[in-house]
Amino acid sequence: MAEYQNIFTRIQVRAPAHAGVALPPGDSPRTSEPFFAYWLGRIGDAQIGPIYLGWLGTLSLLCGLIAFEIIGLNMWASVNWDPIEFVRQLPWLALEPPAPEYGITIPPMAEGGWWLMAGFFLTASVILWWFRMYRRALVLGMGTHVAWAFASAIWLFLVLGFIRPLLVGSWSEAVPFGIFPHLDWTAAFSIRYGNLFYNPFHMLSIVFLYGSTLLFAMHGATILAVSRLGGDREIEQIVDRGTASERAALFWRWTMGFNASMESIHRWAWWFAVLCPLTGGIGILLTGTAVDNWYLWAVDHGVAPSYPPAFEVSPDPAAAVGGSQ
Amino acid sequence: MKAVFVATVALGAVGAVFGVLGVLISGWERPPVDTKQVGFRGVGMEQVTNPREEAKLIAQDQLPEPQFPVDPGSEPASEVYQNVQVLGDLGVDEFIRLMAAITEWVSPEQGCAYCHSEDEEFSSDSLHTKVVARRMIEMTRHINANWQTHVGQTGVTCLSCHRGQPVPQNVWFTDHGPPQALGMAADRDGQNLAGAAVGSTSLPFDPFTPFLSNDGTIRVASTQALPAGSDRNIKQTESTYGLMIHMSEALGVNCTFCHNSRSFFDWEQSPPQRVTAWHGIRLARELNNEFLDPLTDVFPDNRLGPLGDVAKINCATCHNGASKPFLGISMLPDYPELRE
Repeated sequence: MAEYQNIFTRIQVRAPAHAGVALPPGDSPRTSEPFFAYWLGRIGDAQIGPIYLGWLGTLSLLCGLIAFEIIGLNMWASVNWDPIEFVRQLPWLALEPPAPEYGITIPPMAEGGWWLMAGFFLTASVILWWFRMYRRALVLGMGTHVAWAFASAIWLFLVLGFIRPLLVGSWSEAVPFGIFPHLDWTAAFSIRYGNLFYNPFHMLSIVFLYGSTLLFAMHGATILAVSRLGGDREIEQIVDRGTASERAALFWRWTMGFNASMESIHRWAWWFAVLCPLTGGIGILLTGTAVDNWYLWAVDHGVAPSYPPAFEVSPDPAAAVGGSQ
Repeated sequence: MKAVFVATVALGAVGAVFGVLGVLISGWERPPVDTKQVGFRGVGMEQVTNPREEAKLIAQDQLPEPQFPVDPGSEPASEVYQNVQVLGDLGVDEFIRLMAAITEWVSPEQGCAYCHSEDEEFSSDSLHTKVVARRMIEMTRHINANWQTHVGQTGVTCLSCHRGQPVPQNVWFTDHGPPQALGMAADRDGQNLAGAAVGSTSLPFDPFTPFLSNDGTIRVASTQALPAGSDRNIKQTESTYGLMIHMSEALGVNCTFCHNSRSFFDWEQSPPQRVTAWHGIRLARELNNEFLDPLTDVFPDNRLGPLGDVAKINCATCHNGASKPFLGISMLPDYPELRE
């Protein structure tokens, strides 16, 4: 029993390395001599390479490297080039966006210029990579689903770092490049705009996020559970009766009355994953542009319930002394 | 099979390392954890406490026995001693009793000589500590008389902050952080380091100068559902957040002690402690600006901060991790002269 619950691939089939299908004229050749890696074979295909880089891939990596260097070197500068502090503080370090007084003008390098530049190169890198995925899919005669799913994530990334700051007229509203700092930004964003949990698009995004994990767990578990019957060759089994695939479908029909098909489960998963950043991006885009305080908005629209206070509330003391602080 | 076993163990070890790191970095407390409901049922308005930490706090916050009472009817201290500027109205026995108490509260190891030079008359102001102490007695009386919005009838004494130490354990100086590269390198904007004052977050690491010295904007949330020209921004919010984390740590409470976390800004839903805390912020700001900052020139350089500013007060100076310092027990009935 236990052997079917192993997290590693159980069988590695070794054959001469496969170079891949022929490429159309005009494409650069795939590079690097393929080789086999046993441990990578444990979690995937043991054959590594050849890789197709092309000019889109090369430019994307170059832009990504520039952004990575701008962010990393500025982080290191922020601890006065101290290598030990750089390692110690790394999760806390960041490249901060410009101050509010700069609006959407171009600030001096030390006061947000580097942030803008890093953002430019990171965006260029991500978009070039998107075109690369799109092109590679076409060349292989595939659909472009992967590229469009990636586009959904890019949408959220651009809303956070570019589109929304432009709409509200301030780069300072954008996210810093840093591990903990971007999380602190997230919390501050919610507090400034009156609690993001009352933003219906944030709610939808959470539904699709958690829904994705649920679907992923259900599908992954189903396929692993029938892999002893060959269920991991799911696509070949779609049209046949009496296969592991059909058994998996029966399992769900018996337990919850309805089953996705071998094709539709992937459609479910794709849409849930794509809708997570898509709805999230809409929610961010509306924040500060259409709605300034989501809690008060939710009260106005009957979303946030009121409940009796359990303690005596006092009026705002600043109102009593006429101050605003 | 063996290889799989080794890999699984390795994976587990990596997980354990990250788990331990997480505990070390975050300052988590090990269980048990008690929660006490403080708001309407089911809305997460609750205070989280750890009985082990509570017990430590209670042990730490025991008041000493008061000094033996004396007859108040003796002649005024100003007629017996010279240079008694603040406590001259006290009877001489009361005056000596208070001096003994202050020694016990502030300089139990250094004794009288901490403020009164051993080589000179007791009336001499040659030591900076005596000049500061005089001003601090005035400050204590000022708090007890004018800041009952924050200290209530409980009031404060020297012990509230000093706790047997000449310099209270929790004070702050303006902090620009460790050196950073200048020139074209990006400015870190006063944040993005592991900030000890802000619970090891990357929030602005000096939450005190803007709010407890200066009159910075604390209120950041919009008060209207739809955009109506609020100029509050996220960077301000991060500063406010830093101050709030300090308050939370200084008082040993979570956000819901003062706020309904579904709507942090809304006074109509806030527990009454928020009003007390609001006055506390103003109290600390006034004390820093009216009492401590003017003493800057009195202190020797080694008592000043790296930027030459005086040690100042924040919430932790008095609270020391407790929402009610010394369990909320007043010392003023034993020392009524500090109330005047």
